[in-house]
Amino acid sequence: MYIKPGDFLTLLAGTIGTLWISAAVWSGGVADTAVIRSGGKIFREVPLSRDQQIEVPGPLGTSIITIEKRKARITSDPSPRQYCVRQGWLQQAGEIAICLPNEVSVELKGGAKKYDSLNY
Amino acid sequence: MRIEERGEPAAPHLSQSSILNPQSLHDPQSSILLDTTQEDHHIARMAAVALGLTVLENAIPTPLPGVKPGLANIVTLIVLARYGWRAAVWVSLLRVLAGSLLFGNFLAPGFFLSLSGAVCSLAALALSMHLPQRFFGAVTHSILAAFAHIAGQMAVVYLWLIPHSGIAYLIPIFASAALVFGTVNGLIAARFMHEAPTR
Repeated sequence: MYIKPGDFLTLLAGTIGTLWISAAVWSGGVADTAVIRSGGKIFREVPLSRDQQIEVPGPLGTSIITIEKRKARITSDPSPRQYCVRQGWLQQAGEIAICLPNEVSVELKGGAKKYDSLNY
Repeated sequence: MRIEERGEPAAPHLSQSSILNPQSLHDPQSSILLDTTQEDHHIARMAAVALGLTVLENAIPTPLPGVKPGLANIVTLIVLARYGWRAAVWVSLLRVLAGSLLFGNFLAPGFFLSLSGAVCSLAALALSMHLPQRFFGAVTHSILAAFAHIAGQMAVVYLWLIPHSGIAYLIPIFASAALVFGTVNGLIAARFMHEAPTR
């Protein structure tokens, strides 16, 4: 036999290792607050535990942000291409939806803030 | 490999005749002769096969830059099993060097990525070849070497090219590729050695 019993062991260990590292790297952590910004300034910080709708004014009009079941999304926005609306629900810490023309953004924060960009 | 120099240096009558007669350029009396052994020939032949596979592989489009099957490593695995670790080092490093000259990226970042990957997988092979051969074959060697390969490459990328923790997000992709291609290459090498037990 050209495949030896230990090879299956290595394959199994490799698969488990890959799955484990994927889970460790790709899970952004549990989010507990949504930071809503308008025009670059923090408009409100709201906990995800309470379901609500928030209206955020921007230069083009009003964006509506919905928080439901510990998830957040931009429900409606006057921006022409609707990228931030089509992005859908945000769930993990570090996720962010930005409506550029209307200068409104929602960012989810977890217990430990991770950097999403660094400059030096 | 030995380098031998033969012949007396620059006798005037000899240089005269070598200008007049181009045949004498091939005169062994006045040339440097590489005295090669049988092992050198094996290594050169295997490195050439590995180089061919590298060229072939570069013709295959990949969805993500950096994710390659690493077909040349099949040759490294076979050389490791047949001729030992030293020969595998020669074949692997010759392939990296000649490949970089062929594709014109010698001393460019791509070359150092190949080199670091090759060095780390050779180190992994040096350790894994001491696993009991009854239970562990080429597939094990291949998978371990593939993981060492991406580990070495990610280290160079992080320490030199992109010193940003964001590249960690790519680790699962590269690890999956290493697992899949490591297994496939190992299977091909094992199958080849099974079906062609000699040479």
